[in-house]
Amino acid sequence: MIKVQTEDFDVGVELKALMARAQGVGGIVTFTGVVREWSGNQQLAAMTLEHYPGMTERQLADIEAEAVRRWPIEASLIIHRYGRLEPGANIVLVITASAHRQAAFEANEFLVDWLKTKAPFWKLEAGPAGQSWVEAKATDDQAADRWKVTSGPAKRRA
Amino acid sequence: MIGAMKLVYFAWLRERVGKAGETLSPPANVTTVGALLEWLKGQGGGYAEALKDLSAVRVAVNQEYAGPEAKVGANDEVALFPPVTGG
Repeated sequence: MIKVQTEDFDVGVELKALMARAQGVGGIVTFTGVVREWSGNQQLAAMTLEHYPGMTERQLADIEAEAVRRWPIEASLIIHRYGRLEPGANIVLVITASAHRQAAFEANEFLVDWLKTKAPFWKLEAGPAGQSWVEAKATDDQAADRWKVTSGPAKRRA
Repeated sequence: MIGAMKLVYFAWLRERVGKAGETLSPPANVTTVGALLEWLKGQGGGYAEALKDLSAVRVAVNQEYAGPEAKVGANDEVALFPPVTGG
């Protein structure tokens, strides 16, 4: 399930709702991304997330479908917020539920890595030095590249 | 002319171009993403500023990522934006 919204989310409420629609689950992994207070040596006042309505939902749905194709996931949820967010605020929630923990952990990490490099969101940070767009990190590309497969069953590269 | 296409811009590309989107009719020889970027860059001003480093520009055609060889034509929605930074 995909949700792109300005409103905050409640992890407990979302977890319960997901468990209600999942069957045969033995392990659930929950990842929450929040706004950091510090960006380098600058204390952030706020962060504004811009996105591409339409393409965002499409990309997230594609990424989720890919996770379901690769791992035996019983249920999953991606919530990504946009708009103005203050330090400590929730940005993203990714929940993956499976019969066993390994698939839930791996699929969750895959979803976060892929959405960071594919979902069309852009962060604008505001601090004492003014506003600046966050630059994409090479380490995020490398993290996403770990999950590239050319053929055969999905296997995480060592 | 190949017909009008819809251009949309995001993040610093939007700021440098100076608008969130527009409808444009490029010349007939503009049939690929790469040619479109070069033509736009040649329009000068904010376009030249936004597109001076094409390695920092990502493109989506009809909301799917597209490389320089991808075809563009009438009625397409072409989005230009920097590498994404969500999550």
